[in-house]
Amino acid sequence: MQRIGVFICWCGSNIAATVDVVKVAETIKNEPGVVFAANYQYMCSENGQQLIKQAIKEHNLTGIVVGACSPRMHEATFRKAAEEAGMNPYMVEIANIREHCSWIHKDMEETTEKAVVLVRTAIAKVKLNAPLMAGESPVIKRALVIGGGIAGIQAALDIADAGFEVDIVEKNATIGGRMAQLDKTFPTLDCSACILTPKMVDCAQHEKIDILSYSEVEEVKGFVGNFNVKIRRKARYVDESKCTGCKICMEKCPAKKGANEFNMGLDNRPAIHIPFAQAIPNVAVIDPEQCIKLKTGKCGICQKFCGVGAIDYEQKDTFVERQYGAIVVATGFKPIALDNFNEYGYADNKDVITSLELERLMNAAGPTGGVLLRPSDKQHPKVITFIQCVGSRDSSGCGKPYCSKICCMYTAKHAMLIREKYPDTEVHVFYIDVRTPGKNYDEFHRRAVEQYGVDYIKGMVGKVYNENGKLMVQGSNLIDNEQITIESDLVVLATAIEPEPSVRKIATLLTASIDTNNFLTESHAKLRPVESPTAGVYLAGVCQGPKDIPETVSQASACAAKVIGLLVKDKLKTNPCVAQPDENMCNGCGQCANVCPYGAITYVDKEFRLGGGKTEIRRVATVNPAVCQGCGACTVTCPSGAMDLKGFSSKQIMSEVEAICKM
Amino acid sequence: MQDVKTEKKEFTPNIVAFCCNWCSYAGADLAGSSRLSYPANVKIIRVPCSCRVNPMFVLKAFQQGADGVILCGCHPGDCHYVTGNYYTRRRMALLYSFLNYMGIEKARTRLEWVSAAEGQRFSAVMNDFVKTVTELGENKRLTDLRVKEGE
Repeated sequence: MQRIGVFICWCGSNIAATVDVVKVAETIKNEPGVVFAANYQYMCSENGQQLIKQAIKEHNLTGIVVGACSPRMHEATFRKAAEEAGMNPYMVEIANIREHCSWIHKDMEETTEKAVVLVRTAIAKVKLNAPLMAGESPVIKRALVIGGGIAGIQAALDIADAGFEVDIVEKNATIGGRMAQLDKTFPTLDCSACILTPKMVDCAQHEKIDILSYSEVEEVKGFVGNFNVKIRRKARYVDESKCTGCKICMEKCPAKKGANEFNMGLDNRPAIHIPFAQAIPNVAVIDPEQCIKLKTGKCGICQKFCGVGAIDYEQKDTFVERQYGAIVVATGFKPIALDNFNEYGYADNKDVITSLELERLMNAAGPTGGVLLRPSDKQHPKVITFIQCVGSRDSSGCGKPYCSKICCMYTAKHAMLIREKYPDTEVHVFYIDVRTPGKNYDEFHRRAVEQYGVDYIKGMVGKVYNENGKLMVQGSNLIDNEQITIESDLVVLATAIEPEPSVRKIATLLTASIDTNNFLTESHAKLRPVESPTAGVYLAGVCQGPKDIPETVSQASACAAKVIGLLVKDKLKTNPCVAQPDENMCNGCGQCANVCPYGAITYVDKEFRLGGGKTEIRRVATVNPAVCQGCGACTVTCPSGAMDLKGFSSKQIMSEVEAICKM
Repeated sequence: MQDVKTEKKEFTPNIVAFCCNWCSYAGADLAGSSRLSYPANVKIIRVPCSCRVNPMFVLKAFQQGADGVILCGCHPGDCHYVTGNYYTRRRMALLYSFLNYMGIEKARTRLEWVSAAEGQRFSAVMNDFVKTVTELGENKRLTDLRVKEGE
């Protein structure tokens, strides 16, 4: 005989304001099988849990239902409480009467009625629950970091410092990411390279860190603690172990017309190149699209001049397979393409540039050696107009609906640096709102206005056009309520940022959730902000949402803390809600193994008694509980209904359906 | 027990929603925490993956008097279990046309993709589905006609 206890939580007023919790508990008390029902203000509190534990012991409960918030929030809490009271933790069911009930419906009567149905449904299920035992799986004490920007670097260093092996997989020829392209960083105006490159060197020299540059993740199998990852090491046509980074090949290479990606295409680089001076690894790479030898078979100059014989035109992509316990995704961002924004004349005018291009134009290692010269005629611009929110906060569908978060600050930085270096320059900034929350951020922006005399104009720009070689920026000034046109020498667009497109593929490989803007979704916006809903996968940097360097570094360190917390464990408890075949019904047809995404199902020959002393040997399915992830695909595929899923059995779901329909 | 059904002024359908744990159930949670309302007659059953939903469950729901059944999973390509929602899509395409053949209006069943970040979409989908089913009226076709205990 089942003895069910029901606990209805008020959640302060979150549930109690729209659900008559007392009435729910009173109604439920009379349900068959229910021997105890209570309501309490905060079930998740110490006292609430105590109440549950006491009731389990006093009333000899066999199963409990907690009517509270989402099971995604406190299922683990209540399971633990039940376990402490001597009950199998899988004899606990949660009726979600907050997120799915009290928060979305207003009518008290209706909401109370729904809460009763939801609790009844959970009771119907819990009556069919069976005690389950979690298995154990070992943890591979090695972490993978995907992306070698500042987020990946920080996460890798922190994990490695705790004594665990870390691999950084970076798709470009060098680590460093976007931060390496920046000139100065707000709000302190540190030189970006000065603070980043020591960290890059630390990574290269750390005995626990292995940098797999020019590589991409190709395949991911397994689960938390036991990921098996296949990595493609793209052919760079240069032997990484031999190249000394002397750059003689770069001097001699005759194909020098490739757009220099590091300088945002503002100048050219040779086919064989090292992306930038402080690249890690400091090893050349050949661009096969551009290399004469690889395209036509004739040339081979770099090979002739290479003193160490590092050039290898025959090099092919290779694959390495490695095992990891945890994975950090730190794939970063790119500025959006401006194809949808013809009004700013970016494609037609060389002197309309993006902010990232301006970073390169102001950087000492950039195409102009740090002297601000406009791209068209290499003249010093006297009037510079910045346009903010280009593609950000744009719900028209052309751009991105979100705020890119970093643009207000970097535009203030650019304006300030230009006024500092070239006081004769006039700087205008068109803005919709200035958003500068953060430590010393608003002070920074105010300095730009008050100390450096940057002209901030509240209003949007309608058009940028070329008139007799001058860039005319036509916009509105909302404060003075007038249309204005500013004759400018250089126009800088604060372009929205979006997640690096490769994150899409990575999300699919990792089965990590992604939102409509291609940002990876965190497990809980406030309480589990660096964890993906997929166990063992962690998120750092802009792949999770727009953020600046300080935030990215904090998040990366938080990821590292989570990874270390996982890797110090020797064993993890596995999910016991796995598939289980009824061998008496299974006829070994093989369909379940066909649909299993994990290869958890195999077949064995087993001897069955037929009665009368006769036996037969039959092929039946068996499930490896350590590999099964409990999706249930096999349960529906099985033609004889032999396969079932523990914790979500067909009978349980059927009884839930019945409980809902029986109004 | 008094028959309460005759007293009801207007028809409110009873709707069973199957939501996968990783995307749609989380999407429903987000709809809740964002206070995006939808009618109270939608009741959610949590399943690990949309592919756990046996067509039998849908039939059972109709037999037990549900007026509409909606199944929500992760967007194609985003399934937590890699391929689960593809199986769901194929199975349900067959089931839904079968239901239609049996005389259950196609609009009483629906398969929707709702991600964990789409609280707004979850609420919109449910509002729309309830509206559609309300217009169709009560589902009588598959209701269990056997004499029930106590009647």
